Amino acid sequence: MRRRSTPYLLLLPGMAWLGFFFLIPLASLLATSLQRPLGPSTEDGFAPALEFTNYSAALLAYWPQFLKSFAFAGLASLIGLLIAFPLAYFIAFRAGRWRMLMLVLVVLPLFSSFLLRTNAWKTLLSSEGFIVETLNALALLPDDRVLNTPIAVIAGLTYNFLPFLVLPIYASLDRIDKAVVEAAADLYATAAARLRTVILPLAAPGVLSGVLLTFIPAAGDYINAQLLGSIQDKMIGNVIQSQFIIVRDYPTASALSFMFMVTILVLVLLYIRRVGTRELV
Amino acid sequence: MTTAVEDLHLVGVTKRFGEATAVADLSLDVPAGSFFALLGPSGCGKTTTLRMVAGLELPSSGRILLGERDITRRPPYRRNVNTVFQSYALFPHLDIHDNVAFGLRRRGIRAVDAPVREMLELVELGGFARRRPAQLSGGQQQRVALARALINRPDVLLLDEPLGALDLKLRRQMQLELKRIQTEVGITFIHVTHDQEEALTMADTVAVMNGGRIEQLGSPIDVYEGPQTAFVANFLGQANLYPGVTAGAGAEATGVAITIADATVTVPVSALAGRSGRVVVGVRPEKVRVVDPSAEHDLPANRLQGTIAEVAFVGVSTQYVIALPSGARLAAFEQNLDPREVGRPGEPVALGWEPRHTFILDADEDLRAGLLDQTPVPPADPVAAPLSGSAPGAR
Repeated sequence: MRRRSTPYLLLLPGMAWLGFFFLIPLASLLATSLQRPLGPSTEDGFAPALEFTNYSAALLAYWPQFLKSFAFAGLASLIGLLIAFPLAYFIAFRAGRWRMLMLVLVVLPLFSSFLLRTNAWKTLLSSEGFIVETLNALALLPDDRVLNTPIAVIAGLTYNFLPFLVLPIYASLDRIDKAVVEAAADLYATAAARLRTVILPLAAPGVLSGVLLTFIPAAGDYINAQLLGSIQDKMIGNVIQSQFIIVRDYPTASALSFMFMVTILVLVLLYIRRVGTRELV
Repeated sequence: MTTAVEDLHLVGVTKRFGEATAVADLSLDVPAGSFFALLGPSGCGKTTTLRMVAGLELPSSGRILLGERDITRRPPYRRNVNTVFQSYALFPHLDIHDNVAFGLRRRGIRAVDAPVREMLELVELGGFARRRPAQLSGGQQQRVALARALINRPDVLLLDEPLGALDLKLRRQMQLELKRIQTEVGITFIHVTHDQEEALTMADTVAVMNGGRIEQLGSPIDVYEGPQTAFVANFLGQANLYPGVTAGAGAEATGVAITIADATVTVPVSALAGRSGRVVVGVRPEKVRVVDPSAEHDLPANRLQGTIAEVAFVGVSTQYVIALPSGARLAAFEQNLDPREVGRPGEPVALGWEPRHTFILDADEDLRAGLLDQTPVPPADPVAAPLSGSAPGAR
C-alpha cells in the first residue's frame, strides 16, 4: 500500500511545480494567442476568441526573424562544437594534473552575469578595440566593423553557450575506457581512424546533449542580438520581447512564442532521430 | 594460417617510469608458434613487457625484433601483433560482428563476413554476431576479444591476464580452449599471468619474472621440478627450503650427503651442480611421503621424523604440516588413496622422499622470496640454528 504510493508522493512537488508554472501558463498563452482585438489600438484590449489568423499574420510579418534565429543558433552551435570538442578532448585525455583547473576555467565565466559578459563583448568587438583593428589592418573585414553585424551576434552566442557544450562532451569523453582506444590502435586504427570509429561514436551522447543545451537557449536568446547586433539582426526573441512589452500586442506575441516552441520541438526531435543514440547523456 | 609466423626477440629491453625501473635489461627469444607464458607477481614487469611488444609503451632502451624487422619504435597499428586485453576492451558501440571485423576493416578488407563467421565459429559464438558486448557474459566477452585479435592472423598474439576476470570453473575450461585454439591456428601466443597453474597448464615455455627480470625460463616441468632460485621454488607451487651443509669432500656414486640441522639427506651429484659447503636444500610437498613410524622401512631414502602439526583434507589430497624435531616445519601432500588413514595433529610420523626429488639452491638465496607472507627469517646457521623452512600454507 505504502510502497505503491511512495513514488507518486515523491513526484508530487515536481508535478505541482510543472503544473503551476508551466502547464497553466502554457494554456493561458495558447488562449491569449487566439484572442481578438477589441479596437484598432492595442490599448483597446482583447477578447477571448479563436482567431487562428493571428498565427498566419505573425508568421507573415516575422518569418525573417524566425529564420535568422535558427540560423544564428545553428551557426553558434556548429562553431561552438568545433571549439568545444578539441577542448574537451584535450581536458579529458591530455590535461593530466591540469584537468581540474581547466574545467574550472571553462565554468568560471558563468559566475559573472550574462548581461555583463555580453556587454564586455561589445567593448571587445568595438571598432576601436584591438581585435577589429588587427583584423582591419590585415584587411580581413568586408565592411570594417564587427559590432552591429550578424558576426558579432553569432560570436556572442557561441561564447555565452560554450560551457554547455564543453561539459557534456568532456563528461562522455572522460567515460571512455582508455583500453578501448588502445585496442583500436592495436587493431590497426591510426589516430584519425580511432577518432572516427571509436572516440566520436562513444562521445556522441555528450555531443548530442551539448548541442541541445546550446541550440535551444541560443535560438530563443535576445540579449546577444540586442547588444551586439544591428536592427537588421533581430532574432525572434527580440520580436516577442518587443511585442509583449513595448507594442503590447499580446496575441501576436503569444502566437510567435507558440510557433517558436513547436518549431524547436520539431527540430530537436528530428535531430535526435538523426544522430541520437539509444541513451541520452 | 599459411603465412610464415616469425620469431620474436627482445634484446636488452629496459623500461623506466620516472625513477622506477619496470623492466630491467630483459632479453628473450620466443620461437614462432610457441605458447609462451610470462609468469610473475603483480608489479614484476610482465604487463609492461607485453605492452612494449604491442607498441603501447616505448622501451627506454633495447630493441624488439619480429623476425629480422626491428619493430621497437613502430606504432601499434603498424605491427602485426594483436592483444587480448585484461578488461577485454571490446567496443561497446559495436555489435560482436563489427567488433571482430574491426581489424580487417581498418586494413581495408571489404569481404569480412566469411572470416568473421568462421572466427566466431572457432570460439563457439556463432549465434551471437548481432549482440552487443554488454549482452554477453564474461566468458563470452573474453572469447570475442580473442576472436577480434586472432582474425588478423598476427605474428604474435599477446594475452594480458586473459582469464583473470572469470570464475574458477570457466577459467579451467578456457585454459583448455585457449590451448586448443593455439594448436589449431599455430600463432605465437605470449601469455601474461600471475596464476602459476594457468601458466603451467597452457604454456610450452614459462618465463618466471620478478622485479623486472627473468628469474628462470624453461618448460613447465623443468621450471617446476628444478627451480634455480627460492623465488621460483616458492612462487611456482610450494617448496620446503632448508639451509644445509654438504658433508664430507668426495662425491659418492649414490649422491652427496647434506646435513640439515639434525638430519642428513642425500642429493644426486647432478643437483648440486658443483656447489659445496653451504647450500639450500629443497623438496616439493607432493614428493614427501607421510607414514606411521612403524612403516618407516617402506619410505624412500631421505627419511625424517616428525609430529603432525596441522592437517587439511582437501579432497584429492591431504595436506600436512609436520613439525620436525629441530622446530622447523615441512609441508607434505599425501594423495588420498585411503582417506581413512588421515593422521591427526600430535601424532608422530615418519616422512621420506626420493633423493632425486631434492633440488639445491645457492646458500645466499632468501628462503622467503616469492611468498606472500614476507615476515623476515632469522639468519640461519645451518647446523646450530633450528631449521627455518619456508612456511607452508603461506600461499
